[in-house]
Amino acid sequence: MDRQGQKLSEQLMQIMLLAFAVGAFATGYVIGSFQMMMLIYAGGVVLVTLITVPNWPFYNCHPLNWLDPSEAEKHPKPQVQQRTSSSSKKKSSKK
Amino acid sequence: MHTYVYRLNVLLTEAITLLALMCAIASLSDKLNVASPSADIQVLHINWFHKQRNGNDEVSLTMNVSADLKSTFTWNTKQVFVFLAAEYETEKNYLNQISLWDAIIPSKEQAKFSYHTINKYRFTDQGNSLRGKKYNLTLHWHVMPKTGKMFSDRIVTTGHSLPEEYI
Repeated sequence: MDRQGQKLSEQLMQIMLLAFAVGAFATGYVIGSFQMMMLIYAGGVVLVTLITVPNWPFYNCHPLNWLDPSEAEKHPKPQVQQRTSSSSKKKSSKK
Repeated sequence: MHTYVYRLNVLLTEAITLLALMCAIASLSDKLNVASPSADIQVLHINWFHKQRNGNDEVSLTMNVSADLKSTFTWNTKQVFVFLAAEYETEKNYLNQISLWDAIIPSKEQAKFSYHTINKYRFTDQGNSLRGKKYNLTLHWHVMPKTGKMFSDRIVTTGHSLPEEYI
């Protein structure tokens, strides 16, 4: 999943879970059946799992632009400087 | 949210948190219910009334326990536990309570009942001060929920008294 897809997945997950929780409670309360509330909510959780967890194609609409290898060679990584000055100072103090 | 394991973790945590919230609100909704129960307890016959070998009095009663507890049931009720207690005062104890009979009512349809029964549990005293004793018969009930807080209440019927002499 790309960045936009992750954001979409998280938003869908939160909104759908909240909607199913409120809907299941309201339905169960009006009907007077605790079991119906639990069944609706369980079904909702399974549905949300199927929609948001797997890596569906519509989550990859804005793919990240990785640099080509030739482009990367033009901008080499900076080398780490050798610390020779500080080590020579230490040797002089020990003498 | 970059792997499916992470998304599954977040989903399960949020789902269970919302479930806990739903159960808490369901328990709170029990407070909206106003119950109007009624009960009537008759003592029909004293089967025996004697002194046991260890010096304690014992009495056996045939009773008719009838009640209508339908209004105590809500959508969040699993069962109602109902029991009958005899309450009386002696020199030794300010309040004696002894459970004579109990039952579990599993559904609203069975909550209007009338039992003709002898006491399920022995009615014995600590000592022998039951002769001529005035006692109350109290019907207690506990409304056991599917989730959340349990409520209990009772109805007291007064005016019962035991015979002056052993039978």
